[in-house]
Amino acid sequence: MSGFLDILYFIVPISIAYAAPLIFTAIGGVFSERSGVINIGLEGLMVMGAFVGIVFNLFFVDTFGAWTPWVSILAAMLVSAIFSLMHAVASISFRADQVVSGVAINLLGIAIALFSVKMIYGKGQTDFIQEKIPRFNIPFLQDIPVLGPMFFKSVYGSSILAVAIAILAWFIIFKTPFGLRLRSVGEHPMAADTMGIKVNRIRYIAVIISGGLAGMGGAVYAQTMTNDFGHATINGQGFMALAAMIFGKWHPIGAMGAALFFGFAQALAISSSGIPFMQNIPSVFLYILPYALTIIALAGFIGKASGPKALGDPYIKGSR
Amino acid sequence: MSNRLINVLVPLISIILGLLVGAVVMLVSGYDPVAGYIALWNGIFGDSYAIGETIRQISPYILAGLAVAFAFRTGLFNIGVEGQLIVGWFAAAYVGMAFELPKIIHLPLALLAAAAAGALWGLIPGLLKATLKVHEVIVTIMMNYIALHLVNALIKVVAKGGFKTDKIQDTASLRSDFLSELTDFSTLHYGIFVALFMVFIMWFILERMKLGYELKSVGFNENAAQYAGMSVKKNIVMAMVISGAFAGLGGAMEALGTFGNMSTRAGFTGIGFDGIAVALLGANTPLGVVFGASLFGSLKYGANNMPNAANIPIEIVSIVIALIIFFVACGYIIRVGLQRIGKNKEAK
Repeated sequence: MSGFLDILYFIVPISIAYAAPLIFTAIGGVFSERSGVINIGLEGLMVMGAFVGIVFNLFFVDTFGAWTPWVSILAAMLVSAIFSLMHAVASISFRADQVVSGVAINLLGIAIALFSVKMIYGKGQTDFIQEKIPRFNIPFLQDIPVLGPMFFKSVYGSSILAVAIAILAWFIIFKTPFGLRLRSVGEHPMAADTMGIKVNRIRYIAVIISGGLAGMGGAVYAQTMTNDFGHATINGQGFMALAAMIFGKWHPIGAMGAALFFGFAQALAISSSGIPFMQNIPSVFLYILPYALTIIALAGFIGKASGPKALGDPYIKGSR
Repeated sequence: MSNRLINVLVPLISIILGLLVGAVVMLVSGYDPVAGYIALWNGIFGDSYAIGETIRQISPYILAGLAVAFAFRTGLFNIGVEGQLIVGWFAAAYVGMAFELPKIIHLPLALLAAAAAGALWGLIPGLLKATLKVHEVIVTIMMNYIALHLVNALIKVVAKGGFKTDKIQDTASLRSDFLSELTDFSTLHYGIFVALFMVFIMWFILERMKLGYELKSVGFNENAAQYAGMSVKKNIVMAMVISGAFAGLGGAMEALGTFGNMSTRAGFTGIGFDGIAVALLGANTPLGVVFGASLFGSLKYGANNMPNAANIPIEIVSIVIALIIFFVACGYIIRVGLQRIGKNKEAK
C-alpha cells in the first residue's frame, strides 16, 4: 500500500502542475462561450501568451528579479487580451464564422510568435529563462497526513492562482449581475437586448477576458514546463483546454475538474515508465487518452446537455 | 454590382489585404517588403526547378482543400483533415513498403489504402454526428491528435524502434523521371494528376450524381431534405467518409510522391489546416479549390526562398496565410463595403 502512496505522492503534484495552465485557458473559454462566442482560437492565444511570457522574462529578468515570472504572466495576459480583440471584432462586429476566425487566430498566433522569435534570436527557439515560477509549501496544510505532501508541498504559485481564478470565475458568472448578463447574452441575446443589456459590449468583454486568461495559461505553461519557447511549446494544450471546458459543461468548477483530470492523464503519459504496474502499457494509449475520453464523454453522458443556446450566432439587431 | 462579381471580388480583396498587412508586418519588423515579395516570387517562378517544386506542393493542398470543401457543402466543418491526411500518409507508406506487387496493382492499392484510412478517420466523427448529434468540430480536432500519436507509435512498430519507415517500393511510387527531368530534376511527381482527377470526381459527385444532389440538399436545409425523403444521417456519414478519403489521398501524395516514407512527427503538417483556407478561398467549389491550392501551395513553397534571398523568416508567409483566412472569414464586412461602393456609383 505504501508503494501506491509513493506513486500518488509522485504523480499528483505533476498532474496539478500540468492542470494549472489548462484551468486558466479553459475558464477563459467558459467566459467566451457563455457569452455566445465560440473560441477555437484558445490554442493561438495560449501560444501568444507562452511566447510573450518567455520573451518578457528573458528581457526583464534584471529589472524585476524574483518577481519576473509574475510580471511576465501579467504581460502575457495583456498581449493575448489585445490579440483576442481580433477574434472579437471578426466574430461580433463583422459577423464572421467564429470557427473560421478561431482557426485564423490559431495560425496567426503561432506564425507571429515564431516569426518574432527568429527575428529576435536568429533561431527557432528562445534561450532558457533563469527565473521560473516559484514553488511554495503551504503552511499548516502541508502537515496534514497523506493529503499534505500530495497537494500542499512544493506547489507552483501559479497552481494556487489557477484554483483561485476558478473560484473567482464561478462567483462572477453565477453570483454577480455581470455574470447574469453574460449568461443571458449567450442563451437568448434578443431577450437580453430587450431588457436593455448591451449584447455586443458584453460579448466583447467576454472574449477579451478569455484572451487574457488563455495568455496567462500559456505563460504559466511555458514558465513551469518548458522554460523556453519554440514551435512545439504549446502543441495542443489550447485544444485540450477547449475539451476541458466542454467536459466541464461550460462551468468554471467543472472545467477545473476536467483540467485536473487531463493534467493527470498527461502526467501518467510522461511518467508511466516509472510506475511498476504501468510499465507495460504502451505510452501511446496514455497520450491519446485525454482526446479519446473527450470524444467518449461527448458521445456518452454529456451528449445533448450542450452549451449555451446562442453559441456561434452573431447577434443582429432586429432579426428573429 | 452583381452578386457574381462580388463573390469573385471578396476572396481577391482578402488576398490583397493579407499581402498588404504582411508587408506592413515586414516594414514594422525592419525588413524590406519589396525584397521579400520579390524573393517570394522568385521562389515560386524563378526557374523551372522552382516551378516543379511549387506544382508538387500544390497537389496535397488541392486534396486537403477538396476534403474541407466537400464537407462544407453538406454543412459540415471538417477540421480533421489534418488527422485524416496523417493516417492516409502512413497507410500509403506502409502498403507501399510492405508489399511486392506489379506496379499496375501496387500503386492503386497504396492510393486506395490511403483513401480508406482517411475515410475511416472521417467515418467516426460522421457516425457520431449522425447518430448522437456530437459536434463534428470537436470530435475531428480530437481525432487529429489521436491520429498524430497513433501514427507515431505505429511508425516505431513498423520501423522496429526507429523513427521512420523504410522507403516504399518503386512499384508504389508516384515519382516520374519524365516530370522530374522536365523541371530540372525537381521532385515533381504524378500526384498532381491524381489531385486534378479528384477535382473532377468531386465535381462529378456534386453536379452529376444523385448522391451529390442529396448531400447539397442536406447542406442547404436539413429539414427540407428530410421532408423530401432523403436520409440526413446517411448523407452526413457519406459526406465525412468521402471528405476523409480526399484527405487521405493528400497524405498519399507525401508518402508515394514527395518523401517516399514517413517519419515520426512532433507536430502537425499544417496542410490540413491550410486546406480550410484553400476551401474558403475557393468558395467550396472544385475549380475554386484548384485556385486556392495553387495560391497557398505557391506561397508555402516560395517562402523557402525568403530567408536566403531577403533574410526574412519563413514564417512571414504563415502570417500572410492566416491573415487571408481571417479576411475571408470577415467576408461579410467586405461584401457590405462593396455593395455600398456599388450603390454610390449607381446613384451618380
